[in-house]
Amino acid sequence: MARLTINGRSLEVNVDPSTPLLWAIREQVGLTGTKYGCGVALCGACTVHVDGMAVRSCVMTVSSAVGKQITTIEGLAANGVLHKVQKAWVDNEVPQCGYCQSGMIMAVAGLLKDKPRPTDADIDASITNICRCGTFQQVREAIHAAAKA
Amino acid sequence: MITQTPKVGRRSFIIGSAAVGAGLALGLKIPFGASVVRAQDGSPEITAWVVIRPDDTVVIRIARSEMGQGTLTGLAQMVAEELECDWSKVTTEYPTPGQSVARKRAWGDFSTGGSRGIRDSHQYVRQGGATARVMLVQAAADAWGVPASECSAANSVITHKPSGRTTTYGKVAEAAAKLTPPANVSLKDPKDWKLIGKSVKRLDTMDKLTGMQVYGADLKLPGMLNAAIKDCPVFGGKVKSFEAAKVTGIPGVRHVVPVGDSAVAVVADTWWQAKTALDALPIVWDEGPNAQVSSATIAEMLKAGLDAEQAFVGNQNGDAKAAIAGAVKKIEAVYAYPFQNHAPMEPMNATAKYTPDRCEVWGPTQNGEAAFAAVLDASGLPADKCEFYKVHLGGGFGRRVAYQDYVTQAVLIAKQVPGTPVKLLWTREEDMLHGRYHPVMQCKLVGALDASNNLTGLHMRLSGQSILSAVRPAALQDGKDPLTFQGLNATGDFAIGYTIPNLLIDHAMRNTHVPPGFWRGVNINQNAIFLECFVDELAHAAGQDALEFRRKLMSKHPKHLAVLNAVADRAGWGKPAPRGVYRGLAQMMSFNSYVAACAEVSVTAGNKVKVHRIVAATDPGYAVNPAQIERQIAGSFVYGLSALFMEECTVKAGRIEQTNFHAYDSMRIAQMPKVESIIMPSGGFWGGVGEPTICVAAPAVLNAFFAATGKRIRTFPLKNHGVQMV
Repeated sequence: MARLTINGRSLEVNVDPSTPLLWAIREQVGLTGTKYGCGVALCGACTVHVDGMAVRSCVMTVSSAVGKQITTIEGLAANGVLHKVQKAWVDNEVPQCGYCQSGMIMAVAGLLKDKPRPTDADIDASITNICRCGTFQQVREAIHAAAKA
Repeated sequence: MITQTPKVGRRSFIIGSAAVGAGLALGLKIPFGASVVRAQDGSPEITAWVVIRPDDTVVIRIARSEMGQGTLTGLAQMVAEELECDWSKVTTEYPTPGQSVARKRAWGDFSTGGSRGIRDSHQYVRQGGATARVMLVQAAADAWGVPASECSAANSVITHKPSGRTTTYGKVAEAAAKLTPPANVSLKDPKDWKLIGKSVKRLDTMDKLTGMQVYGADLKLPGMLNAAIKDCPVFGGKVKSFEAAKVTGIPGVRHVVPVGDSAVAVVADTWWQAKTALDALPIVWDEGPNAQVSSATIAEMLKAGLDAEQAFVGNQNGDAKAAIAGAVKKIEAVYAYPFQNHAPMEPMNATAKYTPDRCEVWGPTQNGEAAFAAVLDASGLPADKCEFYKVHLGGGFGRRVAYQDYVTQAVLIAKQVPGTPVKLLWTREEDMLHGRYHPVMQCKLVGALDASNNLTGLHMRLSGQSILSAVRPAALQDGKDPLTFQGLNATGDFAIGYTIPNLLIDHAMRNTHVPPGFWRGVNINQNAIFLECFVDELAHAAGQDALEFRRKLMSKHPKHLAVLNAVADRAGWGKPAPRGVYRGLAQMMSFNSYVAACAEVSVTAGNKVKVHRIVAATDPGYAVNPAQIERQIAGSFVYGLSALFMEECTVKAGRIEQTNFHAYDSMRIAQMPKVESIIMPSGGFWGGVGEPTICVAAPAVLNAFFAATGKRIRTFPLKNHGVQMV
């Protein structure tokens, strides 16, 4: 048993504390927007925010997430208004299959928090998510658009 | 645990399941007939493709699978073009394969591979839209007591021109659905298209940005259990034994079950519990004779094929061997292409519920009908007791088209837990070890130049694996696999763009125990590298410019030449490149589209390659949605260049060695070149979009790498040579 704060709600999850946060989010809380891609923090599909930082939730245990503010893709839009990254993603039609995009969007939202006007070099250094459909050209355009929004 | 009703369930049950059962029992006479066929919400179906709700919402049925390539939107555009409906009121849904069987394949082919989604169904989906429009207009005319010829339709509104009266599709849909459909409808002249050719926004974007899109891996059904699976790591091996008792006491674990004779699954309350228990489960494998096979033994077998007497001839004219024997200059090279895994971001999965009377399966597939057939086979139940519901795919790339192995596994597990839905989800490791790999191929090329440096002969000997031998042996032609020659054929939708006076292209088939599959682009990936890099080698040997050398061979191939010229012009071929930047070209005909690329690269420290820009052109005949075509071009380059630089599945002791992205890497945003697309549809034919362009990225970059370094690399991926993409 552990108590997690996800998208502003305090929730009891009935798991072994060594369970990765990803699986508590998906299987206990039922928020499936956060994806499993590799399980070893290589692909970024599972990216969420923990105390405002972009984190790969497949390698973070539930016990280490206790007492922290966790935000998932479902909690990024505030009061039904899309986050500026989501808005830029709509305008630039970024997703193809879309499976990696929750993690990509969370990673980008994290970057913009640190660097509101990132350079291409900033983007290259901090956005390391894998997208097998290959949406990177639109991702870069949309990041710059979101930064200007 | 919070249970959500899967959205896909609502979307896919286009006719209530009771209605489907009744239809099957009565031999439902649809799509066309006097009785109205209704969607689950009661809205009338005008044709199999079109349902119209009273509020004017237009539901367009899509038989092909959307996996990111945009076919859902493109096909809807084609139906809507002829339907003359209000595009802002269009939504889509998938018919199920069970309904397709009951309705004598009213929606045609479900298979979504070979870049065929639009090019193979453009005619009948447009007819589906046009037929519905004629019926809606007739219904309005009947209500007004006027001739239909006095009425017109636009934007879901029907107007009686002489009186100015109007009505909407939603208002006449009930009456229209009762009409006998016209036998023949005429389709618009392409010059009159308003929606086809327009970069309308995709219909499926929003849910992908908010976490609301349900993929197969996200499905939840009431009372569902979760399964993790391990198949024998050596292809063809079996399970000898496993010690279920070692894990049955672990919290959450419900069952430990064999799956066929080669795999074991743990079924638990949650997937993480199942996976953790499976990791702890002692399994003894009977690996069989394939455990002796390695990449080295496979390479030796293929090498022997390069000079073998027997080979299947794919393309031949003149006498290539004589031309080579009489050559003033003979150029020879051997290339080799590795096994590669698809590695879609969403690992394989399927959710099955079995009882002795009914088997239902939900999952991501590129071929709903093949998945349905797998359900029938694995469950042992007849078609009217089975159903398969397509769920959105987290990538396909060919992995989920010819093989429905994960569907079969899910059913075999569910049969051992009757009445309880079970979701099977593979680990990434399982996905890497049990792919259906890009075939392995070697190629020996010998070219003949005469005293004036004209190319007089070419022999291209392929040696390696046949995909059709594994997936569709009935499609072999007297043993020959025609797909091996994609891009090298004399004619057809994969025709070579060069006229060479003496030509021989043949294939020594050398199959391995590693199962091959259709991998985005299929065999044209390696064929484009072999041909287009070797043509560059020939041009270099002839002391000629790579573009001019090609042009001389292409005068009888104007469409191939047009795309090549387009990229050369846009990239500034022949003009100085930025300092340190070098260019390379490639062109092919691929999936009935003509494609070309000009890559610009720089190389530092001899091994760090920066691909700055790729100018790409495609002539797909008709461009349904140019913005989506641009995205497919850029995306295909990510897939193709990841493969070129980083991706290889090696075999050791009969099994694949790479288990995750640490050893099987994929491009990141930092490595992404600027892709400039030239979409130049010339009309009169229909070419593919999702796959065609992938094949020109690698040879264009390799030719640019040669221009920069003077080095020809002929075995892949480039990481094996210490060459990195930066």
